[in-house]
Amino acid sequence: MKQLTSNPFYKFVLFPIGQILAFILGAGITLSVLVILLAYIFRGSVTNLDLVERTLVILPKVLIDGITIGFVYATIALGYTMVYGVLEFINFSHSEIFMVGGVVGVELLRYLEAQGALASMNQYVVIALAILLGMFIAGSLAVTVERVAYKPLRNAPRLVPLISAIGMSFFLQDAVRLILGLTTGEFNVILPKFGTFDEFQTFNVPGVAAPVQLQNKTILLIGVTIVMLVGLNYLVNGTKIGKAIRAVAQDRPTASLMGINVNFIISITFLIGGALGGAAGVLFALKVTRLDPFVGFFPGLKAFTAAVLGGIGNLTGALLGGLVLGLLESFGASYLGVFTQGAFGAEYKDIFAFAILIAILIFRPSGLLGQTVGQKA
Amino acid sequence: MSKRLNLVIALLMVASLVLAACTGGGATEGGNENESGGGAAAPKLIKIATQSPLSGGQSLLGVDIKNGAQLAVEQLSGPLTEMGFTVELAPYDDQATPDVGVANAKAIVADPAILCGVGHLNSGVMIPSSEEYHAAGLAFVSPANTNPVVTTRGYKEVNRIVGRDDVQAPVAEAYAFNELGAKSVYIIHDKTAYGQGVAEFFRKAAEKDGMQVLGFEGTEETANFDAIITPLLAANPDVVFFSGIYNQAGVFFKQARDAGYEGTFMGTDGMDASGLADLAGDALVKGGGMVYTSVAGPASAYPKAAQFAKDFEAKFGAPPQPFAAQGYDAAAVCLKAIENAAKAANGEIPTRAAVADAIRALTLEGITGTISFDSIGDLPKAKYFIIKVNATTGAEWNKNEIVAELEFASPGMGE
Repeated sequence: MKQLTSNPFYKFVLFPIGQILAFILGAGITLSVLVILLAYIFRGSVTNLDLVERTLVILPKVLIDGITIGFVYATIALGYTMVYGVLEFINFSHSEIFMVGGVVGVELLRYLEAQGALASMNQYVVIALAILLGMFIAGSLAVTVERVAYKPLRNAPRLVPLISAIGMSFFLQDAVRLILGLTTGEFNVILPKFGTFDEFQTFNVPGVAAPVQLQNKTILLIGVTIVMLVGLNYLVNGTKIGKAIRAVAQDRPTASLMGINVNFIISITFLIGGALGGAAGVLFALKVTRLDPFVGFFPGLKAFTAAVLGGIGNLTGALLGGLVLGLLESFGASYLGVFTQGAFGAEYKDIFAFAILIAILIFRPSGLLGQTVGQKA
Repeated sequence: MSKRLNLVIALLMVASLVLAACTGGGATEGGNENESGGGAAAPKLIKIATQSPLSGGQSLLGVDIKNGAQLAVEQLSGPLTEMGFTVELAPYDDQATPDVGVANAKAIVADPAILCGVGHLNSGVMIPSSEEYHAAGLAFVSPANTNPVVTTRGYKEVNRIVGRDDVQAPVAEAYAFNELGAKSVYIIHDKTAYGQGVAEFFRKAAEKDGMQVLGFEGTEETANFDAIITPLLAANPDVVFFSGIYNQAGVFFKQARDAGYEGTFMGTDGMDASGLADLAGDALVKGGGMVYTSVAGPASAYPKAAQFAKDFEAKFGAPPQPFAAQGYDAAAVCLKAIENAAKAANGEIPTRAAVADAIRALTLEGITGTISFDSIGDLPKAKYFIIKVNATTGAEWNKNEIVAELEFASPGMGE
């Protein structure tokens, strides 16, 4: 056993993937069992349709929706949680970093389309380019924002950088709005159609009557985020830089005494968080097909919530929080209408999800994984 | 050193922020530069305000309402100029947001040179803003608001030159039920006064006809519609009725079609913008296609608007969006009423109350038809169009085809 845990392949590939799978299965199965139970309990009160059947028919799609958006939340949440880990403050401009990453990625695609190159290039090369550019710009922007808006305030009371972050968030929104207005005159950033990402893959799952359909872009989104999460895990737990990040998170002055360049490490943290946010932005754009300068607000807020739910400052917690929140939201949206006969619809999904979050936080104020894992970042 | 550099960068950012705010503010408050000199130095200055979204996702429609009004002021203010007045347009950006609209309304009523106004695009903005106009006695002519409440409060100052949702929604429902043969419908609205209002009227009509309402959802979501699409696909309605504005609906239509919905999309006049086709692409023509009702037909529906469309394109470089012609006519109503009131006041600047009265007494041959107002400020008879979308890009928007053109009397104070 000891040999196994020290095997790098196990430690940096198998274990994190297993962890992700365990989280998905855990949250997914718990919620599925819960709704099926509820459907059995309430089936008598419904007259004109079979509640159990209706619940089961949409269940696979609900799970997929929840996992997909959960991965987006988790990827953004990592940015919040890493910054909290090293600086202990909430970087509220992170939702705009996410938006900028998405906008940059889509603008690259639009540029390629205008050049006539989009249709002839390999679709995976194109999307990889868009993701990389989105990561690069978003990461650099995050570092710049830190240098300009947070670093001068590092020794100020904690509320001060928080306000600076909120200001930065407004600044970035309106800066993007201004730039888009001046360059393209368009408010909506619309993803050009290319490749086969909209097409479906059909899977026959044993035991489920209807085949499960997955859009190619959903598979891509989940695949890319898993690769990034595994990569991040390796970076933080398997490299010297990661060790330095963890050291700064645990005790900044001591880390500095040990010869760690604290400013550099903080910049690196913002770079990584921003790049993850940027990649999430491009993948989100691929999924929803349209962005605007204000599109980051809600995913950002949800991701922040996910980070708190998982235990802010804890990387595994952010992943778990994102997936749990995504699934909760998806289940709430799809089943509230079914169970209440349309009296409460998808519009109440946030109230539902947040009510459960509050309940969880009452019993675990430091988040799902906040206490059990000692180390931050 | 680097600290100083950071300070410089920070200052630069603040400066650009202020600059951005200034340019934004300039567009927002338009005629502000005249405010100091205007009232006193030029006693014969008359301003017509416009309020519509000039920025943000609905600006495509809002800017063209303003442009339509601007064209009217340029072309039709001749009689007033001859009487010695200077007529100016004062455009305001309501950002499709009630708070901004009300704040602008306060600024508008505080400007004594403004005698009449054109606006808004959104009923949810018009209703609270018009409380300010009513309190100040300032007449407003709406080029686009269809929520019945706009006029059923019975305010003397509030008028509109388009039809109403309590007629429009039943017209849409009748088309779905009789022409499309729809047996079931899924209704989605945008939680605004306009969207939810239309949705309620549609639901009422559907229930009366015995059409099955499989879902009734409100959403402010603009990006990820999975949560609505999954139950919708399971319910598989014949028709999805979206009552809201194109920038939200376009994204939803595309995602729903991609996810495998095959039925017909329907909507109301909020869908009538080329941006819908830019957002939704071929989702609008695949499967059961997309049909919408409107209180404002395309320019081709109005024989007298041909010249307007030409002038508009020559001046602004793009064909007019829907409601631009209504913006033109609303401003024409203002100009004519001010002219009549000024004549009655022996060439002096008329009072706001006199202008409001003159509007109600008016009969005007506008480019969208004959305009006159009943006792609450509605057209006695308004036109309603049913339009089938054939466009897959914004540039093709004029390929859409009018399936039916109907005329109904205003329901007055309603139910």
